[in-house]
Amino acid sequence: MIGRLAGTMRPGDWGILAAALAGIAGLGLAAWSSPSGDRVVVRRAGEIYAELSLRRDTSLAVPGPLGTSVVEVRRARARVASDPGPRQLCVRQGWIQRNGEVAMCLPNQVSIEIGGGRRPYDSLSY
Amino acid sequence: MTRSAIELPTGPEDHAIARLAALATLAWMAEALLPSPLPGLKPGIANIVVLYARFRLGLRAALWVSALRVIGGSLLMGTFMSPGFALAVAGTLGSAFGLVLAGGLPGRWFGPPSHSVLAALGHVAGQLALAAWWLLPVSGLVWLVPVLAGGAVLFGLVNGLVVAHLLAPRGETPPAISR
Repeated sequence: MIGRLAGTMRPGDWGILAAALAGIAGLGLAAWSSPSGDRVVVRRAGEIYAELSLRRDTSLAVPGPLGTSVVEVRRARARVASDPGPRQLCVRQGWIQRNGEVAMCLPNQVSIEIGGGRRPYDSLSY
Repeated sequence: MTRSAIELPTGPEDHAIARLAALATLAWMAEALLPSPLPGLKPGIANIVVLYARFRLGLRAALWVSALRVIGGSLLMGTFMSPGFALAVAGTLGSAFGLVLAGGLPGRWFGPPSHSVLAALGHVAGQLALAAWWLLPVSGLVWLVPVLAGGAVLFGLVNGLVVAHLLAPRGETPPAISR
């Protein structure tokens, strides 16, 4: 029965179907993928301390009131590798890479945020 | 004794449109009773009637059936002039636009499935446009676009195939008339 139904399809029908499916695939990619950022903004006590490009693997020691937080960039992702804070929440958060993602070490007043291009959110809370 | 009588003469085409509009309204109401996983995602079986009208009676008749369905259906369901009605009208206008566009396609290469898919996509586009303009922020709707568009293509295709099958036994060669 499927064959009989498919037999009623004309060449243009297949074309429209293919174009529509391709269009939807494109729309799906555009709508559902969030942009990745290209840099990480390191802040200390609310002010920008450094901006690191995600394209280069690097490590940065950020001094704060409690000690030194180490920010690491590896393979286009960033994380807080170590931090003197008591609960280590920012370290446990792990790698961030999407535009707008943030890791905050509140006790040491250090934060990292992925930036670049458009920010999809005004703020993110955890 | 009536001093003057206003008589609206009706012809066979009017009767045919009325019959099909009633059928489309019934189909739409029956479908409205069925649950759907996502609001706005429906098989749209009333559109089979509209498409059938399009190929048997012409584009103008199909648009009439569509318009009568959305108004009559909403009156019967009690949703006339509600936000749901506004969305239905937006969808109907969008699908009408799709049908008009499809009317420009040569019939030798494009059959009912093409008209159906274009009308279905128009329907979804019309509804999303109204929702974005009036009801919801665009960011909340963006993720819906691929889902509804996918549903439109799928159900549009199925409905188009059903119509092609309904027309085929009579030896029809769509599209028939464009008026």
